[in-house]
Amino acid sequence: MCLGIPGEIVEMDAEGTDLATVDVVGVHRKINIGLLERGGVNIGDWVLVHVGFAMSRIDEAEAAATLAMLTGLGQAYTDELQALAESDIS
Amino acid sequence: MRFVDEYRDSQTAQMLATRIAALCEPGRQYTFMEVCGGHTHTIYKHGLEDYLPENVSLVHGPGCPVCVIPMGRVDDAIAIAKRPGVIMTSFGDMMRVPGGSGSFLDAKAAGADIRMVYSPLDALKIARQNPDAQVVFMAIGFETTAPSTAMTVLRAAAEKMENFSIFCNHVTIIPAIKAILDSPDLRLDGFIGPGHVSTVIGCRPYEFIARQYGKPLVCAGFEPLDILQSVYLLLKQLSEGRSEVENQYSRVVPWDGNPLALDAISRVMRLRPYFEWRGLGFISHSALAVHDDYAAYDAERLFDVPGVRVADPKACQCGEVLKGVLKPWECKVFGTACTPETPIGTCMVSSEGACAAYYNFGRFTRQRLTEAARV
Repeated sequence: MCLGIPGEIVEMDAEGTDLATVDVVGVHRKINIGLLERGGVNIGDWVLVHVGFAMSRIDEAEAAATLAMLTGLGQAYTDELQALAESDIS
Repeated sequence: MRFVDEYRDSQTAQMLATRIAALCEPGRQYTFMEVCGGHTHTIYKHGLEDYLPENVSLVHGPGCPVCVIPMGRVDDAIAIAKRPGVIMTSFGDMMRVPGGSGSFLDAKAAGADIRMVYSPLDALKIARQNPDAQVVFMAIGFETTAPSTAMTVLRAAAEKMENFSIFCNHVTIIPAIKAILDSPDLRLDGFIGPGHVSTVIGCRPYEFIARQYGKPLVCAGFEPLDILQSVYLLLKQLSEGRSEVENQYSRVVPWDGNPLALDAISRVMRLRPYFEWRGLGFISHSALAVHDDYAAYDAERLFDVPGVRVADPKACQCGEVLKGVLKPWECKVFGTACTPETPIGTCMVSSEGACAAYYNFGRFTRQRLTEAARV
């Protein structure tokens, strides 16, 4: 639950919902972007996702490095990805 | 030297190691605490201590939210979960944490409806789908997860939901660091500051550590090179007689944190006068409860909980490990009676717990060296 997972925003929901769809290593899931400045994220941006919420914007290089680091964590990362894949927020 | 170069070139790590060694005064011992369990994980996964001179040690701090939950709170949560009509929801990390009489997993096996969720918003969805049940979210974590819980309560309030509440166990990192600084057990030379907590609270709250206690703190990222660079920055400050808060992780951590996240926390939660931490005891103003304005979403007010204080098992030395006084392998039950499959203490449960990190990655280089030296 403490792992921040990088995701790329691929779709923005209607304004007012605070929701967006991110791609995390091929898995598409809805997340909440209400903790980022309004208008601060757009399609193609990378964010760090904690328990279904985007906590900060990051650049693509940081996202790639973080993903590489997470992959190396093994089980902890697999469990987190599995949990994310089962998530279905709205 | 195969650990770091899996991801980044080992030359940079070597260069940092050389610079680190050059900054160490001969004969002086340096002890730095990595506050965050994520850092502990990286350190043991990559064998980073092998890159440090013998006189630099890294000790683990209290920054694993699952590890610091006291047994009594687990029992309280299970008491709520066992009530008829209740669906308890929890992060997966929490499922195996032992209370005084078993864990969530044990209670689930005995028939309680306890479901793992990835996000508190998933718990909210379960509440929408089960209007006849009371859905409770076991809220745990430092400032990294507290804003998500707060936002979820705000959402539940906006939707006027009547069957969703949180059992709030959120803790705050600053009082824990202060408790460790005030503890006579340990002499620290500086801190590797938590990266993700700092994305929320920023770097300012740490300034008292540098000013009042004269200890440097460097907010650090989670890659091996981030940690080595942070150790270098700490040693550089010490060698120049400085004690400041520095931000090594500025590519993610803004100096002032995330104002929207802080605002969500302050709207939905208030500081508790005190809270019990496993192994550390009661710490003033160190945890969050649901604010009166959102009392309808507070499981502690909606359900009677036993609220009994349960002492940690005598054999378990998680407290010493959480304070950095003991290394995991120095605990009497480490790897024998206490393993990730049958944990006695919380540090062995979470992947970010110091004991589980040692156990899983088998990085005992220093321990082995010490033992070899004794023989």
